[in-house]
Amino acid sequence: MPSNSKPKLATLWLSGCSGCHMSLLDNDEALLDLAKNIQLVYGPLVDTKAFPENVDITLIEGAVANYEQAAFLKEVRKHSKILIALGDCAVTGNVPALRNTIKDSANAVLQRAFVENSDKQPLIPTDVPKLLRKVYPLHEVVKVDHYIPGCPPPAGNIAYVLTELLAGKIPIMENKSKYG
Amino acid sequence: MNPKVITIHPVTRIEGHAKVSIFLNDDNSVRDARFQVIDFRGFEKFCDGRPFYEMPSITARACGICPVSHLLASAQACDEVVRVNIPYTAELLRRLIHMGQLIQSHALNFFHLSAPDLLLGMDSEPSKRNILGLAAEYPELARKGIRLRKFGQEIIENVAGKRIHSGDWIVPGGVKVPLNREKRDYLKNNLPEALKVTQETLAMWKNYLPKFEEDIENFGNFPSYYMGLVTHSGGLEHYRGTLRVVAPDGSIMADHLNPQKYHEYIGEASEDWSYMKFPYLKKVGYPEGLYRVGALARLNVASHCGTPLADEELKEFKKLGKDGVVTSTFHYHYARLIETLFCLERTKEILEDSEVLSDNIWAKASVSSSEGVGVAEAPRGTLIHHYRVDKNGLITWTNMIIATEHNNLAFNKAVTQVAKKYVKANKLHEGMLNRVEAVVRAFDPCLSCATHAVGNMPLEVQLVNSEGKVVDRIVR
Ligand code: SF4
Repeated sequence: MPSNSKPKLATLWLSGCSGCHMSLLDNDEALLDLAKNIQLVYGPLVDTKAFPENVDITLIEGAVANYEQAAFLKEVRKHSKILIALGDCAVTGNVPALRNTIKDSANAVLQRAFVENSDKQPLIPTDVPKLLRKVYPLHEVVKVDHYIPGCPPPAGNIAYVLTELLAGKIPIMENKSKYG
Repeated sequence: MNPKVITIHPVTRIEGHAKVSIFLNDDNSVRDARFQVIDFRGFEKFCDGRPFYEMPSITARACGICPVSHLLASAQACDEVVRVNIPYTAELLRRLIHMGQLIQSHALNFFHLSAPDLLLGMDSEPSKRNILGLAAEYPELARKGIRLRKFGQEIIENVAGKRIHSGDWIVPGGVKVPLNREKRDYLKNNLPEALKVTQETLAMWKNYLPKFEEDIENFGNFPSYYMGLVTHSGGLEHYRGTLRVVAPDGSIMADHLNPQKYHEYIGEASEDWSYMKFPYLKKVGYPEGLYRVGALARLNVASHCGTPLADEELKEFKKLGKDGVVTSTFHYHYARLIETLFCLERTKEILEDSEVLSDNIWAKASVSSSEGVGVAEAPRGTLIHHYRVDKNGLITWTNMIIATEHNNLAFNKAVTQVAKKYVKANKLHEGMLNRVEAVVRAFDPCLSCATHAVGNMPLEVQLVNSEGKVVDRIVR
């Protein structure tokens, strides 16, 4: 990586609960040290609206639940050197994928919330991104380079992976992480 | 379709992503604005068939920012299903982690998400307008904010074993693990620093307020109803209690409503263009029954806080409004700081309670009711979980009304108000649009909770005149 500019980090939030992002923030004061070595170029914590070109590392929380997310994830893959599935939703589908066992799940979840549980104007919204028939983990949509399991992954594991990658090393997750 | 639509997408630095569309009139003035939520997960359906005691752990995954509030609302609904009164110490510990939850979430909103606008400036360079940019400019302040949030998370970690999604700790009928002395003492020792940071920040904020006069006047400043839990004496409450609704004129419209019967007074409407529903007060109707919840609403409905420092602050705060009702959405920031102070004082009281280390924490019982409702005041407002179970305790139906959803009508009204004031359609600039987003941030919406939303497209704002020609555009 060129020494004159700090490596670029992006974070992305698909169908997840933000707990994985919170776990990143749970590095507390160590965040300030991390900030010295990277440039945070995109994500829910920063104000950039378009995904930048040539991102070095992209951390992705959440599963893929709608068409817009799937299309965007493919775009992000094109512009990211290293793409990491952050947390169980991204790695396995986890909680959002609980709907996959339901018949015609996209319709069934919408029906319950917006029709059965509405007192006024029961209707399924249509002027919104359409839900996919099933919820997918990242690797079923794009190539994933590294996985950080956990719900959420412990803060230290996220820091470890970033530190290793910044040092040009391959993080070893064995005995480090578990699901849940 | 009207070609004159300005879109802000995604809205950043809120908990979740959303989209704002601004609709223009023929004369380029702002007609209307919409706050749209654009993804959906479906907890109310996919929990069908799960054993009821799994619900705290599953539903906490609605939100990584306020998972503890979900745990508590869920556990209370489960307590109802088993029909027990939980032991005193269990309630004390549940209240304690909730204080941690509120402290961390309020600190996150103030320092990590809003301070970049408030201290660096709404028109400051977008690439620096974030917590790391703040750290570069005001390193001491950023460090303090990070440490305050950390203290909130540490309360949760020390009491429940894990900072985020500590669902194993909470059980229907109480909690599973008592608090030990060492952890209690650790928290006690770290409390003074958190208190000091909060008092300093509050003092700083009060000094800053005159600078924001214009924003206060125009940031979602309108009369509305307010709702929140209160204690039996009408004080600030975050865990149990009863609901109070205050009318726009400051009078108490309804008091000590039984939260179990929420559906008698709160209705939910759907709209075609958002994955977040629109709750309204049934008595007033839709959409006029617009009400606000969260820190500002809680301070508007509460007659007092119940702790000495926060009570002093509340008195001063109430003077900002007519009849004790503060109407500007901008003052959510101030209200959150006062609540943080309250939470720290309460934390201290709980840690000093002689029963806090007791191991009488779990009243065990089996399914004895087919229905349960749990209500808590999450950082962002009233949170309702409602379950029905079969005789084996398997879930047959779920309804959740999330704090952020209650504010949905108010978001739309606030966004429209700010857009009308700041978006001058014949000339766009970035800071102007950021103000529209900032009003959303002031509410501190949590869309992870409300459905969870995302969708990151480049922000391109186009201004199209009545002949369909682009006269101005901004990309960021
Ligand atoms: S893995 Fe867990 S913490 Fe992360 S987004 Fe999913 S539910 Fe939330």
